Amino acid sequence: MLLKELSEAVGVSGDESAVRKLVIEAIKDHVDELRIDALGSITAVKKGTGENLPRVMLDAHMDEIGFMITGVDGNGLLRFTNIGGIDDRILPGLRVKVGKDLLQGVIIWTPIHQNRDQNVVKLKNLRIDIGASNKDGAGKVKPGDRVVFDSNYMEIGEKMLRGKAFDDRAGCSLLIDILQAGPYPVDVLVAFTVQEEIGLRGAQVAAKFLNPDVAIALEGTTAHDLPDPTADPDEDLDINPTCRIGSGPALTVMDRSMITHPKLLAFLRKTADENGIPYQIKTQLGGGTDAGQIHIANGGVPSAVVSVPCRYIHSPMAMLNRDDYAHTLDLLKAALNNLTFDVIKA
Amino acid sequence: MFDLKGHLKLLVETHAPSGHEGTIREIIREAWRDLVDETEQDKLGSLIGIKRATIGQSDGKPARRIMLAAHMDEIGMMVRDVVDGFIFVHRISGVDNRVMLAQPVMVHGRKPLPGVVASVPPHLLTADARKKYPSFDELIIDVGLPADKVNELVQIGDLITLDVPMVDLNGGRVAAKAMDDRACVATVTACLEALKGMSHRWDVYATATVQEETGLLGARVAAYQIEPDIAIALDVGFAKQPGVSEDDALEIGSGPGLGLGPNFHDKLRDKIKDTAKYHEIKIQDDIIPGASGTDAWAIQISRDGVPTALVEIPIRNMHSPVETLDLRDIERGGRLLAHFIASLDDEFLSVIEWTDLKENTEKAEA
Repeated sequence: MLLKELSEAVGVSGDESAVRKLVIEAIKDHVDELRIDALGSITAVKKGTGENLPRVMLDAHMDEIGFMITGVDGNGLLRFTNIGGIDDRILPGLRVKVGKDLLQGVIIWTPIHQNRDQNVVKLKNLRIDIGASNKDGAGKVKPGDRVVFDSNYMEIGEKMLRGKAFDDRAGCSLLIDILQAGPYPVDVLVAFTVQEEIGLRGAQVAAKFLNPDVAIALEGTTAHDLPDPTADPDEDLDINPTCRIGSGPALTVMDRSMITHPKLLAFLRKTADENGIPYQIKTQLGGGTDAGQIHIANGGVPSAVVSVPCRYIHSPMAMLNRDDYAHTLDLLKAALNNLTFDVIKA
Repeated sequence: MFDLKGHLKLLVETHAPSGHEGTIREIIREAWRDLVDETEQDKLGSLIGIKRATIGQSDGKPARRIMLAAHMDEIGMMVRDVVDGFIFVHRISGVDNRVMLAQPVMVHGRKPLPGVVASVPPHLLTADARKKYPSFDELIIDVGLPADKVNELVQIGDLITLDVPMVDLNGGRVAAKAMDDRACVATVTACLEALKGMSHRWDVYATATVQEETGLLGARVAAYQIEPDIAIALDVGFAKQPGVSEDDALEIGSGPGLGLGPNFHDKLRDKIKDTAKYHEIKIQDDIIPGASGTDAWAIQISRDGVPTALVEIPIRNMHSPVETLDLRDIERGGRLLAHFIASLDDEFLSVIEWTDLKENTEKAEA
């Protein structure tokens, strides 16, 4: 599993090269037709051993959310904006790395002694401090530079892993593990895509090029299986956890970007059941994935999303469970070993 | 050669919230071991390092005492409840709920448990939830353990601190938790280091106080025990940054602040200023019209009153995980204190005495 290296690599949407390097190094001896497309996505083919089987696209996105520098104030503080979906409330006091040189920065915060206002300060009113005292002090930092969460990967608690960008380096790590194993009966069409977080950009191009018969997007998805500290203890809780840590891979029925192909979903559930792999159905309909674009590529592609449940995604401190990761890998391999045209026949 | 940055890093990365200063006390005791003649610990847990005068008093009286006070406690949170393996919190002292989401923390249970303050992914956030910071009642900590393990290892009342490393910014600046007030503990260490090469007539009581953040409690008790003739409290001061009024703030990297206001003895203050001027050490005035909110406030009224001053290290983002300062300000503060201590002589107390009564009597006699 390459999750540590992938998580710590910096690859904010549109600038994924550090992740791309890691991926190419990891898969180059295990695939054919390896190429980088015009947007920067990696595509490849891992030839199957069977005949008359569907060509299956597996997709994981390489990019992560982050920020971009928009300007430098006279006092040396940096203005910035977000790339991808961010909750402004996690920003005060955050540590970040700025630009190609990954300069250490911190997001400043007015001391509580001076301001106790509980209304959220918008991102555009926050600043990054890299230790510059004036405009010149900011040195090489310039508008357009990417900014990324400063967060190290670590093992935590029991079987849990903590780090940034598990959305979707967990998917990248799974896809690498799948490619390093095999071969499978089916041809595996590989896409490590760019720019998912700003509107599923890379996947559109990659899917059209690969032109698969079936597609599965691999994701690290939102688990929100937490109690509500403000709830009345006598009341039944009514929180939709989306999916739960420790309950196996999450299968999407529907999200904001697509409805999963029902036969493909049924096949995944049957495969899990037959192989004794725990799984869960993701019960929240928000969010979207690369599959939202892949399923409408060319003449249409029956598609599904298989995810490792992750808590706290889009923050520097995502968490996932090692067993969930292993079960997701098991399910995907079993699916590749059993997938036929019958599964998706109308 | 004294490694100031390494010393500071060790201090700020240690976990010791108010009332639970044991770990940091032993680290400071070790750091001061060769710099002082003896160490004491008072009944609340403050550490007092005594460096005896190196020159005898010309009047044969026992050496006068100067107290240096920097607090070693830090702000933190406390376990309020454990539900389904997740931890709910109370705050201790002036910790800021608005800087907590998605921060790494350490839960001090039966063993230290690294954890995370849970954040809700933006995908699931309602528009209303995005408008307000979560209160302490709404914060949740996840230590990545199954519920039964958490119940076994964590009890209500256990303490929680931020778990973040010190990081380097450009230009000699560093950012960390607990710079308030370990930066000043480091300043006292820097002073003691500088004093190694100097002679002085006064006994120095270097004090790392407890429970400042919960009401200046440690300094109050420590000052009673030490009975200092004069005292200098050290704390962090607000540095200029957006959101902090220009008039209330120090410039980061432009030398320590020197408190100016009723909490501080004017003549003592003038003498410290003279020392800074003579040794060409940059300092800045900090206008504090009333309660300083520092150990100086407690020490000033100890026993029958103590002439007290306040030396401040300017920091940005106070009470956040990224309290930011310029290392040069600590080095300058240490040097300033050492030179000031070396300048103290037998006459000093009479120099800073209020002379109005004497002048009045002399006038009457004349």
